Amino acid sequence: MVNLFNYIDRPSAIHRLTGATKLICLLLWSFAAMYTYDTRFLVVLSVTGILLFAVGHIHLSDVSFMLGFTFAFLVINSIAIYLLSPRHGTEIYGTCTFLFGMSGRYAPTAEQLFYHLNYFLKYLASIPIILLFVSTTNPSEFAASLNRIHVPYSIAYAVALALRYIPDVQQQYHEISQAQQARGIEMSRKASLTRRLKSATSILIPLIMSSMEKIEIISNAMELRSFGKNKKRTWYMERRFCAADILCIAACVLLVAAAVALNFINGGRFYNPFI
Amino acid sequence: MKRFGVKAIVATAIGAALFFVLGRFVAIPSGIPDTNISIQYGILGFIAAVFGPIVGVLAGLIGHFFIDFSFGWGVWWSWVIASAVFGLLAGIGMNKADIDGGEFGKAGAIRFNIVQIIAHLISWVVVAPVLDILIYAEPANKVFLQGLVSAGINIVATGIVGTLLCFAYAATIPKKGSLKEED
Amino acid sequence: MGDILLTFHNFGFQYNAQSSPTLYDINFTVERGDKILIAGPSGCGKSTLVHCMNGLIPFSYKGEMTGSLTLRGSETAAMSLFDISKHVGTVLQDADAQFVGLTVAEDIAFALENDCVPQAELITRVREVAELVNIAGYLDHAPGELSGGQKQRVSVAGVLVDDVDILIFDEPLANLDPATGKQAVELIDEMQKQTGAAVIIVEHRLEDVLYKSVDRVVLMQEGRIIADMDPDTLLSTDILRDNGIREPLYLSALKYAGVSITPDKHPWNISKIILDEADARKVHNWYCSKDAEAADAPGETLLDVRDVCFSYNDGIPILKNISLSIGRGEMVAIVGTNGAGKSTFAKVVCGFEEALSGTISFAGDDFCSYSIMERAEKIGYVMQNPNQMISKIMIYDEVALGLRTRNVPEDEIRERVEHALKICGLYRFRNWPVSALSYGQKKRVTIASILVLEPRMIILDEPTAGQDFRHYTDIMDFLERLNRDGITIVMITHDMHLMLEYAKRAVVFSDGRIIADDTCSNILTDPEIVAAASLKETSLYELALKCGIDDPRGFVQRFIDYERRTVREARQDG
Repeated sequence: MVNLFNYIDRPSAIHRLTGATKLICLLLWSFAAMYTYDTRFLVVLSVTGILLFAVGHIHLSDVSFMLGFTFAFLVINSIAIYLLSPRHGTEIYGTCTFLFGMSGRYAPTAEQLFYHLNYFLKYLASIPIILLFVSTTNPSEFAASLNRIHVPYSIAYAVALALRYIPDVQQQYHEISQAQQARGIEMSRKASLTRRLKSATSILIPLIMSSMEKIEIISNAMELRSFGKNKKRTWYMERRFCAADILCIAACVLLVAAAVALNFINGGRFYNPFI
Repeated sequence: MKRFGVKAIVATAIGAALFFVLGRFVAIPSGIPDTNISIQYGILGFIAAVFGPIVGVLAGLIGHFFIDFSFGWGVWWSWVIASAVFGLLAGIGMNKADIDGGEFGKAGAIRFNIVQIIAHLISWVVVAPVLDILIYAEPANKVFLQGLVSAGINIVATGIVGTLLCFAYAATIPKKGSLKEED
Repeated sequence: MGDILLTFHNFGFQYNAQSSPTLYDINFTVERGDKILIAGPSGCGKSTLVHCMNGLIPFSYKGEMTGSLTLRGSETAAMSLFDISKHVGTVLQDADAQFVGLTVAEDIAFALENDCVPQAELITRVREVAELVNIAGYLDHAPGELSGGQKQRVSVAGVLVDDVDILIFDEPLANLDPATGKQAVELIDEMQKQTGAAVIIVEHRLEDVLYKSVDRVVLMQEGRIIADMDPDTLLSTDILRDNGIREPLYLSALKYAGVSITPDKHPWNISKIILDEADARKVHNWYCSKDAEAADAPGETLLDVRDVCFSYNDGIPILKNISLSIGRGEMVAIVGTNGAGKSTFAKVVCGFEEALSGTISFAGDDFCSYSIMERAEKIGYVMQNPNQMISKIMIYDEVALGLRTRNVPEDEIRERVEHALKICGLYRFRNWPVSALSYGQKKRVTIASILVLEPRMIILDEPTAGQDFRHYTDIMDFLERLNRDGITIVMITHDMHLMLEYAKRAVVFSDGRIIADDTCSNILTDPEIVAAASLKETSLYELALKCGIDDPRGFVQRFIDYERRTVREARQDG
């Protein structure tokens, strides 16, 4: 079975952090990166994120495929933005500086290019940290850590169970779709759109029916083993916080504080070099 | 509204797993270049209709989060939240529809489709674009256009897949009827 | 007198949704250290009885209880599900559904986690129990990395972690290959001896469970207990046969030979049974009175597979140079452990997966150039669980699906669908929804939906898994009729009875290779192949040795021929 979540088991300082710490840091970091549009700050986040890869013993080759994917996605998005709103930068930064002596609707402006740079940086600031999280967090511990950050355990366990049954569902889908293809079910471009969807349904109906049966059996199995008995539960995979954990969380809190502070300093979410 | 008991927890998990597997591995070309049909919304609509809004919101949230997570292309929070909102609204709209009791006829199908259309419009034409603007400061016309396209595709997918699933599931619930053997 | 744990007294139960009770007048007790086998045909109420014992009734399934059911002196109706599960542990049939942890260790810890046991204690307790069931080397493994037998060990550990007084095993042998099933029976026996808990096994494979001793067999029929006695006494009666439970094969053989079975002969287990000289002589005479039948000459080759190799993307070879010919009109069994490559072989033949090298030809045509859809018109594939194949609400539409996707005109579809439904005995139900059918009937719907494409061969994955003797007989007799009508049948199975009784030839897979291809009687009497492929020797073989028959293989073969000719054909005609 493919390793769906790209967890790479290599001992490192980041691997040793608890899942809860990593999750809190991920959320704080993402918030900071989402909140601010300050170019300088985004550069700092991006560079730090990439440096952290080395700390986590994750090589660029481990994540190159995912990076490539993201890059392609960003390029497509950027083109879409440029085509639809070639003056978006001007609207944001309030000035309009044509470049290369051109003018017209699609003529490049410094503001627009700067906006695109920021747009890029914004993803560059958050993606390394997500990749790092994905590569260094054991999925079991991730579920345990949700409970640790006070997500109710029923939801935390739903997350764990989803992780548990994804491979089963995937296998089942695969088998059902093979058997239905033999009966002539076609989902490729050759068939019309509604026909494709109806074909998909021929696979989904058996999948859903066996899933509904499964829901019943699994919930019985869990109740028979005391799930839901108490308001709390303990977790085999949970790990204690140590100094490094607290340090990391503190650092990420500072990042958020910096992002908020910059908002006041810049008088808005954008750092504007044009005024 | 249904209690969030053990069965609901399991339904959330299996719903999220189904959403994930279909969203991650099943690509049905829509005819529009680089745009695939997300049949997972048909499943999510069905799960929400049967198990209620809490299961719907969580299955959408967890399932979509895992898809982004697994692709490793960063978590697009705006779209993750929009999926969750769709699960929530579909669950609220189909509250007490009693598909579980084997009730799903023409009226049920019409209701399901009105609900899913409204839910998709709110999710993709309101929630996702507004979050994109707030978080990424993307231009409004781009995100609204994107939202409209997504909503359209998802509405078609949910309309066909979700409705058929509801019919099929309701038909499996035993009802005391008059089935007669024929020669 | 032992310590009484569980007592049913004039107990009855009726589900809310049903118009009549499922259980009537249940009276029986379970004492500490008891080992009880509960048997009965599908629908006899044994699952309901189990649900009453483990508390799912009345806590998850609602209904009305009459009489009394006490657990260690208290009425269970007044307890909570959680109180009950502290005393009664259940190992479900579906090991995948019971495995709710992401790893072995987490799954074993599950019940303790829910009881808020501190983490340090969790870790030591998990290790202890894992060692007890011999799974400690796999603590950080995910369920996908375990075999069926290992998953079952994890399920047992997950229940034992709670120090229960009563352990219930619901059809523990259903999904296991024969050798693993044998180990499961050993494991159950060992756990009972080590923990002193009472053990209740629900299973219709009587002979396999009786590989180790049990104290009592409780037989159920139509919601009532019709026998509650020690196995020796029970097996000396005809109660089993009269109630649709298969008796051990060696006992059938003894009965055909005219040997009377009495409790003092200890008929419960073939290695314990005491046969005197007169009995042995009777068996011998019976053997000599039957002639060996000439094997049918194989028909022309239909499917011919040469040097096929296959592996998934990870490069681990699953099929290694498989070569196999199957002739027109044969009925062949493919056997071997899980993961030996049996199912993969079928998938490669049907075109679900593509062979890396080698050739496949069908009736002389190169099969490798055919698409999945084209192959399906020659070879139909029937999955194990009919619910995994059925995608239409109505039976007619389900059977018609393969023709509609092939754009066959609607009036021809009608003709072919009705024909297929008639063959499968479903014509009367043609306008019913599939959901109104029983499991066995659904299986026939899936077979009909394959037959409608008029394939010349069908491959069935575990055609009778989880079926009681009556349904097993129904399905297999039906397949045999199809075979007589000229359809070549290949069955992938773990069931040694099925193979022995219905297949004329068996192909044994082990670790991606074919290690034997012979008559079933030859294979099941060859200790080396039996061991290599995790099969189980037939008890008939041991009986033949016990009675001093010089050709035990011949004995097994004659027994099969006799059953096929007299017993089964009489049943099928009647």
